[in-house]
Amino acid sequence: MATRSVARKVTLGRLERPAITGVLVREVVNFSSYWRSATFSSTVEPTVYLLAFGFGFGSLVSTIGGYDYVDFVGTGVVATAVLFSSAFPAMFGTFVKYQFQRTYDAILAAPVDTEELVTAEALWIATRAGVYGNVPMIVAIFFGLEPSWGMLLVPFIAWIAGFGWACFGIAIAGYAKSIENFSYVISAVLTPLFLVAGTFFPIEGLPEWAQVLAQFNPLYHCVELVRNAVFGLEGWEDLVSLGVLIAWGLFLWRVAIHAMQRKLVN
Amino acid sequence: MSTELAIRLRGIVKRYGPITAVNGLDLDVPEGTCVGLLGPNGAGKSTTMRLLTAQAIADEGELEVLGYRLPEESKPARAQCGVTPQIDNLDVTLTVEQNLLVFAHLYRIARHERRAAIERALEMANLVDRRDSRVDKLSGGMRRRLLIARALVHRPRLVLLDEPTVGLDPQVRQELWALIDSLRAQGTTILMSTHYIEEAQRLADTVMIMSHGSAVASGAPAELVVEHAGREAIEVYGSPAKLAEAERDARAAGFQTRRTGTSISVLGVDGADGRAPEGERRAANLEDVFVLLTGEEIE
Repeated sequence: MATRSVARKVTLGRLERPAITGVLVREVVNFSSYWRSATFSSTVEPTVYLLAFGFGFGSLVSTIGGYDYVDFVGTGVVATAVLFSSAFPAMFGTFVKYQFQRTYDAILAAPVDTEELVTAEALWIATRAGVYGNVPMIVAIFFGLEPSWGMLLVPFIAWIAGFGWACFGIAIAGYAKSIENFSYVISAVLTPLFLVAGTFFPIEGLPEWAQVLAQFNPLYHCVELVRNAVFGLEGWEDLVSLGVLIAWGLFLWRVAIHAMQRKLVN
Repeated sequence: MSTELAIRLRGIVKRYGPITAVNGLDLDVPEGTCVGLLGPNGAGKSTTMRLLTAQAIADEGELEVLGYRLPEESKPARAQCGVTPQIDNLDVTLTVEQNLLVFAHLYRIARHERRAAIERALEMANLVDRRDSRVDKLSGGMRRRLLIARALVHRPRLVLLDEPTVGLDPQVRQELWALIDSLRAQGTTILMSTHYIEEAQRLADTVMIMSHGSAVASGAPAELVVEHAGREAIEVYGSPAKLAEAERDARAAGFQTRRTGTSISVLGVDGADGRAPEGERRAANLEDVFVLLTGEEIE
């Protein structure tokens, strides 16, 4: 009995739109079941920060670095909101979908590759960050922040930064052996970055070495870019910040794909 | 005669550190047939399943699925495969219909065909009335049916079922068997792993028994039984001491035996009336073959 394999060839490339769309559809449909809680926390959290710091510090200092304190914090907390709505969901969400729900096993059994899966997940989280990142700024408007045309740039900045943080979170989830490992990353990486980003106080007040380090902090560049978009762009400096965010995002995108490939295909 | 192969594996080796999960496996699944991978836990069945979707990459050997070489060409192969995993990975906060919708997208069903594809899957799984139920409100059997329906939404040419009925009640199991059998009747190629002997016996055209990562026997269930365990067996019951004695005597008389826990099965007793021990005569079955070939000891 002669045997031969079936040969009806179709070739499929990399980063295909149908594959990315498929993963995005899953996220969008899932979002319809939890958007209330996500929106609640994304709105309440920055509002609490604004109230606490705005009234707490605001009663001690009226202006900081030439800004009204509420203006300073209202724009700075945009970066915090982006971080909270991208890095954290990416870390925990990815780990849960990989380890507990086994969602990625199901997706990779379909014609979707790890590269497409990671890209789609990062795009989705970036988009959420691009939306939720604006909330603190909108809240701050009610507390006296003057609306400006530059604010229209903020969603795009939040999206770009959110993409980088999403990839960061996915990569961490890919390398982490257990969900408890996240504590190291949160305490040793995210908290320091969060505090020396110029969100609540200007980094000019920090020792020089900390100011130099801040230049490598994507969160700092996000804060600067948002603040300058709202109050007036500063040319080269902002281009550098934008460049840093894009380069950092692209780099972590590849790192995240590598981490997940190792984890999912073995 | 020329048969087209939906799956062709040659000399597959897959190691995880010091453990060799699959060890020189050859497997042919002709199109339009149902092949059952039967073996104890740890025999390498699930690893074999993961190799077929390129979620595990073989260290050695050749893999072809629907004519595509794996792992390089796995994506177009996956587009025409449906996979039911052993561990339920449905989206539990979504409805039945939403789960199918997501997979209609993931399997790239054209927009105008999506609606009909979802309806067809709902009907196959007998879940039309539960379309709007959240998955976490479904019974275990319904979830399994949905898990299978999800793998069928794009009318795959090849379906991979990894332990499709593990942990389910007998009633639910036969319901799933009916579903798998109807799939088989439609000419879909099926590769199914199971450690339930009855499941393999009822559904599979060909059974391959695996042990320690390689095939120890393969063939039609009935032929395997005759070849390895003969036509008839005798069950000897009694006290442990009597069983031990019966086992010794039967072996001394040249019979193969296996322990069932409560009795000793003496195999291959057809036409050996004089030498055969006293006991209940019964037809040999696939379980006899399974235990003979994969060993009595649990590892």
